[in-house]
Amino acid sequence: MELEFAPVWAGWRELLSGAQVTVGITACSLLLGCVLGLLAGMGRLRPPRSPVYLLCTAYLAVIRGTPLLVQLFILFFGLPHYGIVLPAFLCGVLGMGIYSGAYVSEIVRGAIQSIDRGQMEAARSIGMSRAQAMRAIILPQAVVRMIPPLGNEFIALIKNSALVSLLTIHDVMHEGQKIISVSYRSLEVYLVIAAIYFVLTGLTSLALRRLETRLRAGGLVQ
Amino acid sequence: MNGDASGAEPIIRIRGLGKRFGDHEVLRGIDFDVLPSQVVVVIGPSGSGKSTFLRCCNGLEVAEAGTVQIAGQTLVDRGRLLPERELNALRTEVGMVFQSFNLFPHLKVVDNIAVGPRMLRGLLPAVAQSEARALLAKVGLTDKAEAMPASLSGGQKQRVAIARALAMKPRVMLFDEPTSALDPELVGEVLQVMKLLASEGMTMIVVTHEMGFAREVADVVVVMDEGRIVEHGEPELIFTRPTQERTRSFLQAVLTRA
Repeated sequence: MELEFAPVWAGWRELLSGAQVTVGITACSLLLGCVLGLLAGMGRLRPPRSPVYLLCTAYLAVIRGTPLLVQLFILFFGLPHYGIVLPAFLCGVLGMGIYSGAYVSEIVRGAIQSIDRGQMEAARSIGMSRAQAMRAIILPQAVVRMIPPLGNEFIALIKNSALVSLLTIHDVMHEGQKIISVSYRSLEVYLVIAAIYFVLTGLTSLALRRLETRLRAGGLVQ
Repeated sequence: MNGDASGAEPIIRIRGLGKRFGDHEVLRGIDFDVLPSQVVVVIGPSGSGKSTFLRCCNGLEVAEAGTVQIAGQTLVDRGRLLPERELNALRTEVGMVFQSFNLFPHLKVVDNIAVGPRMLRGLLPAVAQSEARALLAKVGLTDKAEAMPASLSGGQKQRVAIARALAMKPRVMLFDEPTSALDPELVGEVLQVMKLLASEGMTMIVVTHEMGFAREVADVVVVMDEGRIVEHGEPELIFTRPTQERTRSFLQAVLTRA
């Protein structure tokens, strides 16, 4: 069978705008995921059995233990039963952000715990409160260590974002499927979509490697 | 108690201090007073509870028995630490220097020193910085203000750590084996700074294996073993005429090693 790419090229405008939606929704989700992950990660540093710890642990267990697609469908198709109708894009960002936050929380917790205990002791011994020490001493060091695993999370999220096409969001996957529905060239379209995701993830990991090199040069990463 | 019979109020008063880690009893009833401007050197075999004793004096460890009072304020009473706010305020009065320096690696040397005064004493950044530079001059590191900690030698790091503690204008300084992690040739520069502080009248508790420093600078030497104070007294007394067998065997072991 011969490959016929002409219908795909004809739809390049739609694919480009879809790729922009993919990048946008992923970036918004990661931002939300970072905020949630930071809170939940620090919450899981509380003493076990404290309410905050239990809440954050339950969040992690439920979100990691169920498929992202099901979570997205609950937001998009489930909530309207209670009269809560959210725009599709918002559903996508919320769903992916909450999902990503669970994974980011483990990155945050790991990075904070990897900072030598002596740092907290030194900060406390000059009179800083736990919160002050966290903000001025621990987190600035921990954030640098979070960058490589956050990069992986970002890349995973870019790929997972294909699922939001099922919420009527016009991401690159959705645009591709529209082209298929009129041209029936599914192999060609999916190959091009795969290439687009590959470029997006490749650019992301390149940017992250650059960032890490710069931090290393600045002496911030050992 | 200690050997000094002068009538001054003790700045640190410790009574019946007890601490255990699980089944291991680290401190078994320590009573001790430190008078203002006294230099107390704590010696003893490893595992004798010296460091834990020191860490109880600023609440990094919480002793579950006994009390620690600092400048009239009760830091810990039978396992209950001061409430957070008062604890943080009291800790600014008690500087601590660690064996492993614990400098903040993401901050320049000058900011390592200035961060505390800026955040906790409410100093303007410029004022905190100039105070920090003055302290750097005091510990002989004027030219390292803009350096990152990773570029310093161990001795330089420890001198920055001393300056960082001094920046809070503490009334007492605690030293937890400040030279144990240093190459031998770098020990002297740190001890030099500590001697300077002692000569200025700083109250100090020093846990160390530097017997020369103990002999030369200490007002009181405390010998600890198995969580107890075996004996204490003026250095000459402890080093030349110890009354306890445990002290004799410990001193023999350390002094013949060199």
